[in-house]
Amino acid sequence: MTETSVSEMSFEVAMNELDQVVAKLERGEVALEDSINLYKRGAELKAHCEAKLKDAEEKVEKISVGADGKPVTAQAVEGL
Amino acid sequence: MSDLFEDDAPNGTSNAPEFSVSELSGAVKKMIEGEFGFVRVRAEVGRVSLPRSGHMYFDLKDDKAVINAVSWKGQVAKMEHRPEEGMEVIATGRMTTFPGGSRYQLIVESIEPAGAGALMAMLEKRKKQLAAEGLFDPQRKQAIPYLPEVIGVVTSPSGAVIRDILHRLRDRFPRHVLLWPVAVQGQNSAREVANAIEQFNALPKGGKIPRPDLLIVARGGGSVEDLWGFNEEIVVRAAAASSIPLISAVGHETDTTLIDFASDMRAPTPTAAAEIAVPVRRELWVTIQEQKGRMARGLTQGLERRRQRLNDLARIMPTSDRLLDAPRQRFDVLEARLKQALTLSVTAKRHHLNTSAAGLRKSVLTAQVNRSRDRLTSLSRSLDPSKLAQVLQRNRQGFGQLSMRLSRAAQGQEQQRRQRLERLEAMRQAMGYEETLRRGYAVVRDAQDQLVTSADQADRIAQIQFADGRVDVGAGREAAQQPAQKPVQTERPKPKAKPVKGASDDQGSLF
Repeated sequence: MTETSVSEMSFEVAMNELDQVVAKLERGEVALEDSINLYKRGAELKAHCEAKLKDAEEKVEKISVGADGKPVTAQAVEGL
Repeated sequence: MSDLFEDDAPNGTSNAPEFSVSELSGAVKKMIEGEFGFVRVRAEVGRVSLPRSGHMYFDLKDDKAVINAVSWKGQVAKMEHRPEEGMEVIATGRMTTFPGGSRYQLIVESIEPAGAGALMAMLEKRKKQLAAEGLFDPQRKQAIPYLPEVIGVVTSPSGAVIRDILHRLRDRFPRHVLLWPVAVQGQNSAREVANAIEQFNALPKGGKIPRPDLLIVARGGGSVEDLWGFNEEIVVRAAAASSIPLISAVGHETDTTLIDFASDMRAPTPTAAAEIAVPVRRELWVTIQEQKGRMARGLTQGLERRRQRLNDLARIMPTSDRLLDAPRQRFDVLEARLKQALTLSVTAKRHHLNTSAAGLRKSVLTAQVNRSRDRLTSLSRSLDPSKLAQVLQRNRQGFGQLSMRLSRAAQGQEQQRRQRLERLEAMRQAMGYEETLRRGYAVVRDAQDQLVTSADQADRIAQIQFADGRVDVGAGREAAQQPAQKPVQTERPKPKAKPVKGASDDQGSLF
């Protein structure tokens, strides 16, 4: 298992790893010590996924384009 | 009729007015521009050239005639469709002349393909060309991210499309949306859309405006002409070059524009694009919660299974007492055997010693010494000096006989040699010149004992040899007083007799 920092993971990567963790624990193939670490890792991944899911706030911004065709600002738009 | 003769009468007798060339050209120009100030021409586009000036020169033709056409730079920029060779078009513009070259031309303001068939043919041609460049290759397609954080939407800021997209996103998974407003039809559409894609890609990561991880280029349904901007090459190229994954959603399900081939994923509608863009949050939430439960169950079951196994193993594990029983018994048996074994071993060794020592007695040794002494005695008895003397006697006799035989053989050989020598001497004397001297001849010599053989040398005669001796004569007589008679002695000796005789004497002394 890759021990990359969970907080830097994208939702998809975290969820895939969580899938694997669950599958391993269910199959019961890992050593006892490892299974406890695995559970901890799973809990971390789950928390991260949850945070990502909770962080589902809509934010709509409209780009204002300069005369040169480059973006100038992004301003929040209401009512769309 | 008088006109016909004008050339022939240059001095002019006619009343008709005279034009200068410029005047005539100006009149023609005025007439043509007045008459054809606004025309629509249906034609096939011939050769097209677009020099650096930005003006476009091309031919409009049918099967019988050709008209030169030109579009100025500003007009070219506004054109929705650029003329391409072979294209069937309707050109709108005005006629004008070019007095400097006696030419007339059509200044084309706008040009449109003549009929949908022509447009489609052009589209097909462009598609083939871009496909040949590999812009539509499947291996260019990028994966759409599972859950993008920021979605860039390129579409009109007003209208149903952006509302549909936002609405569906809100339902599924509210996200940070960056809307890049563009005209989705008209002359500027293609350029704006291409620019939006390029600029989104140019955004730095972590900049003031966040860089999207997904782009949606969308437009609602419309006619082929309305959607035409999404067929333009700059849009297709921008979509193909985008390093941000791009979903195209232009028109309705049945509409296909070229951007759909270059995008990483084509959505049939803008709403569908939103569905492709994000998963459903609620479902994921449920899944995650379920996984937490499964994980806990998995761990608990793992522990339970191990506990069970431990109990099972503990049950079948024997007690320590019982474990030791068997070894202990074995130890007892071995201990008993150890004592016996030592006794037995000593007994056996002693027996062996006795057996070996039995043969070890003095009488045996004495007997052996006596036997050896007897043998020595018998051997020394046969060692008699008289036998040695006998052998010596035998060898001496053999030696005597041999030496007698040797001396006899030597005497016989000497006898033979002497007889042979005598024979040879007799022969030598018979053949030598000294025998001739006995018959009255003489040998004449000079003082150096050289022979004098001719009358010319008679004054050198010093000595004459006869059979019985030599006589000095003339010069030789005086010379003879001082030196001894050495030359006489140097006459040829008997060469063989002396050495042979000497040799035989030597041999004799050998014996």
